[in-house]
Amino acid sequence: MNVFGFLGQMFAIALALLLAPLLTGWVNQCRAWLQNRSAPPLLQPYYMLHKLFLKDVVLAHGASPLFRFAPFVVFGCMVLACAIIPTLSTDLPLAPAADTIALVGVFGLARIFIALAAMDVGTSFGTLGGRREMLIGFLAEPALLMVIFTTAMISQSTSVATIVETLAHRDFIIYPSLAFAGIAFTFVSFAENARVPVDNPATHLELTMIHEAMILEYSGRHLALIEWAASLKLYAYSCLGLALFFPWGIAEGDSFLGLLLAIPVLAIKLAIGGALLAGIETINAKVRIFRAPEFLGTAFLFAVLGLLVRLLLEGRV
Amino acid sequence: MDFFVLTLVIPIVGGLLLTVVGERAWAPNLNVIASLGTFLASALLTIEIVANGPRFAFGEMFFIDSLNVFFVALTAFVGLTTSIFSGPYMKNEQEHGKLTVPRLRLYKSMFQIFMFTMLVALTTNNLGILWVAMEAATLTTVLLVSLYRTAASLEAAWKYFILCGVGIAQALFGTILLYFAAERVLGETGNALLWTHLVEVKGQLEPTIMALSFIFLLVGYGTKVGLAPLHNWLPDAHAEGPTPVSAVLSGLLLNVALYAILRCKVLADGAIPGGFAGNLMMGFGLLTLVVAAFFLSRQKDIKRMFAYSSIEHMGLITFAFGMGGAVANFAGLLHMTMHSLTKSAIFFAVGHAAQKSGTQQMEDIRGLIRINPVIGWGLMLGTLAILGMPPFGVFASEFMILTHAMKHHPWATPVLLLALGVAFAAIFGKVQPMVFGDTHAKPLPHAPAITPVFVHLALVLMIGLYIPPYLTRWFHEAARMLG
Amino acid sequence: MNLAVPLSSQLINLFASVILLLAFAMLAQRRVLALINLFALQGLTLALSTLVVAVTTGQTHLYWSAGLTLVLKALLLPWILHRLVRRLEVKGDVESLIKVPTTMLVGIALVIIAFNVALPISQLSNTISRGTLGIALATVMLAFLMMITRSKAIPQVVGFLAMENGLFLAATSATYGMPMVVELGIALDVLVGAIILGVFFFQIREQFDSLDIRHLEKLKER
Repeated sequence: MNVFGFLGQMFAIALALLLAPLLTGWVNQCRAWLQNRSAPPLLQPYYMLHKLFLKDVVLAHGASPLFRFAPFVVFGCMVLACAIIPTLSTDLPLAPAADTIALVGVFGLARIFIALAAMDVGTSFGTLGGRREMLIGFLAEPALLMVIFTTAMISQSTSVATIVETLAHRDFIIYPSLAFAGIAFTFVSFAENARVPVDNPATHLELTMIHEAMILEYSGRHLALIEWAASLKLYAYSCLGLALFFPWGIAEGDSFLGLLLAIPVLAIKLAIGGALLAGIETINAKVRIFRAPEFLGTAFLFAVLGLLVRLLLEGRV
Repeated sequence: MDFFVLTLVIPIVGGLLLTVVGERAWAPNLNVIASLGTFLASALLTIEIVANGPRFAFGEMFFIDSLNVFFVALTAFVGLTTSIFSGPYMKNEQEHGKLTVPRLRLYKSMFQIFMFTMLVALTTNNLGILWVAMEAATLTTVLLVSLYRTAASLEAAWKYFILCGVGIAQALFGTILLYFAAERVLGETGNALLWTHLVEVKGQLEPTIMALSFIFLLVGYGTKVGLAPLHNWLPDAHAEGPTPVSAVLSGLLLNVALYAILRCKVLADGAIPGGFAGNLMMGFGLLTLVVAAFFLSRQKDIKRMFAYSSIEHMGLITFAFGMGGAVANFAGLLHMTMHSLTKSAIFFAVGHAAQKSGTQQMEDIRGLIRINPVIGWGLMLGTLAILGMPPFGVFASEFMILTHAMKHHPWATPVLLLALGVAFAAIFGKVQPMVFGDTHAKPLPHAPAITPVFVHLALVLMIGLYIPPYLTRWFHEAARMLG
Repeated sequence: MNLAVPLSSQLINLFASVILLLAFAMLAQRRVLALINLFALQGLTLALSTLVVAVTTGQTHLYWSAGLTLVLKALLLPWILHRLVRRLEVKGDVESLIKVPTTMLVGIALVIIAFNVALPISQLSNTISRGTLGIALATVMLAFLMMITRSKAIPQVVGFLAMENGLFLAATSATYGMPMVVELGIALDVLVGAIILGVFFFQIREQFDSLDIRHLEKLKER
């Protein structure tokens, strides 16, 4: 590990921290356009974070240290996730740690803490949100793992860096299994990021909300961290999806030029991805909470199909 | 004059003609004449094949040998008698208000086209065309089964279509696999589905593929034969369709489907060592036999009961061919012939009996011997014949199958005897009160055609007492071909 | 190992996967019209994949069967079905006898079975499209499942036709298609079958005032 690699890694993390709210803002703006509303400013999430960091924290009476501790854990998990997912280059110092199963574990850790914190205060909404979040997570995680196994089978490795290298920097091959896995991954990331068919980030209707129900009791810098972490999660999932299914443009080494070239490519891919996300959210209706298992079951099904197609069609591994 | 071409051309032209001219007073006669022409042509074709040996037609598209020419003759003969029988029968149905004029026209044209598809299926050399003809036969008979347009007949036809459609799709998959296996040996010459080419290289076909292919073919065509557990369509279609259709379905279509299986079995036997195909057929046959025998006793509808009897006999025949060897194949072929003749005779008699009593429910049919002794005796004798009573031909073939089974597959004997015994008790116990007993039914407006019943039964009786030497030779040759 | 796979083979595999995907989509679809559209899409994909095989191998008759598939399965049959739905005024959702997620699970099991059955065979094949044999068998089985689980007449027929799609895929994948005369015969049978069924729908509805197959359950052993 040289100094330059270290700097590159730092740069990638900083970029994630900076770009994540922007991505959220972009998605919100696209959604507003598509729904014929006047759009909020692109930088709205930054203003929001700024405002929240300046405010005082109001804690509930029954809040335990866990409640105060959780936002930091969640934020930390998301930063770690963003750091190990190869966004710009596959050869950064943290790349060897980017094992996909570990990545799923990092997301799981964050989920457990936020759900525990939601139940900690003892309000009914928090408990409800936490329970729903765990239901979704319990269904989404196997599907996500199956997706990852499919891609891992192609590159014979569970390391994201190796997967990206295999897919991006070798001869172009069409993998039908990746199409299935891609669809499954899209489904899972909608569920995990509390987007429309499963949850609606813009509503506070008590019958339907999941993510928002969990963070109702947070305020001030805690809330800011959680909101930022949510943005980072969306960013991490987008980057993971891009890395697994559209890896072209990610630099292979840690050369400065390669990193610089990778930035605009990443920005364009994220912009397109965000617009697509907004589009899908607009044309779909939110499903009842009891239909969410069906939605995720379909995701799981596609992932398994991808795995099977991989076994049948693409060589005898 | 090519008798083969005539055999195929007469029914299709007859069918089209009957469609075009519609229902006239002489349309039933045209139907009979077309069937008669087909029969004469097929009889002359048979003589030619027996004298000169197997031959091709239209290049290598069609192939006629001693195995299928025998089925062609049988099909044309039963087709002829059925058309004779259906004349007055359908008129009676019309008088009873069950059928309208357009439906009679549909019936006659579809009947001829159905004959055509069966003859094509029997004579084609191309296993793909065989499939196409079988599917076409299904399609034509779907319309025939739903001829009455009652709720029950529509249900029967729907079930028939869906079940046989699914079954025949399996057969297509089997055919594709067969083609795949053949192409590896014969190359992409377009000959890889021709049976005559396949049979020459059957030893080189890949056993794995052939095994899978034969399973699909057996299940697929087996659905049409009525092999359990895919036999559900058969009783419904027989009971709800018009009686002439039941007669040809039972007497002919099942035979043609079984013939398709036999052709494939020859190939499978050549490719797979260890009698895999035969064992599979024995298993299916025995299962079918037992299932049908036990369902027989629960029937209330007379046509349904005899439909189950057809399933039972198809099971027995499949078992016989499964055993293989000269004797069992001979017995199987003989039993197919006997069953065709007897069962269609029974359906003719049953048709008139049901028409006379105005119902198909067996408890309401009584005293046939009083109202019309001829129908009564026809039904009684036919029943005795199908149950395998000694002077009739069915006895001879069943006896051969049983003795052969005792010798080579003794484990199967108790099952066979039990199933045959149960079937005997069930059918005889129900037919006896229908023939004898009190009644007060009205006479029919059109005199029934009884001749076909007795012609068939006379033939069955004759073969039971004495098989002409040329017929024996012919059966032997066909049995030898089956291996 | 994958580096040796030519592009055409990749494309065929992709199309085959899409066909499988559409088979599952049809299994999950609750609306009649959307179901027919999915079927048309499946026909289109099938035609495309046949076209790729034709271009790669240069077999003339495959061009014909690709064209035939396109006309028959992607245009004509869906059009007939659309007309039928409109004429018969079929409304509302397709009812499934088993819950959709359960059907999907059964479907996955079928796919596994189909793949396992087809694997030894496709290894013997030397066509560029051999891998898709398992997918073809799976498509057939999924269509079969759809016929079993649906209670209305039209979805059952769509299932029947989708089964034919799977068989066609099997023919092209294992052997570069059946001889032309057979394929023409099959196409004719399918077309006639669809027309007869169309006639049949009217008869069923005239009799029962509905296309629900559950009316057709009177005939059974008691």
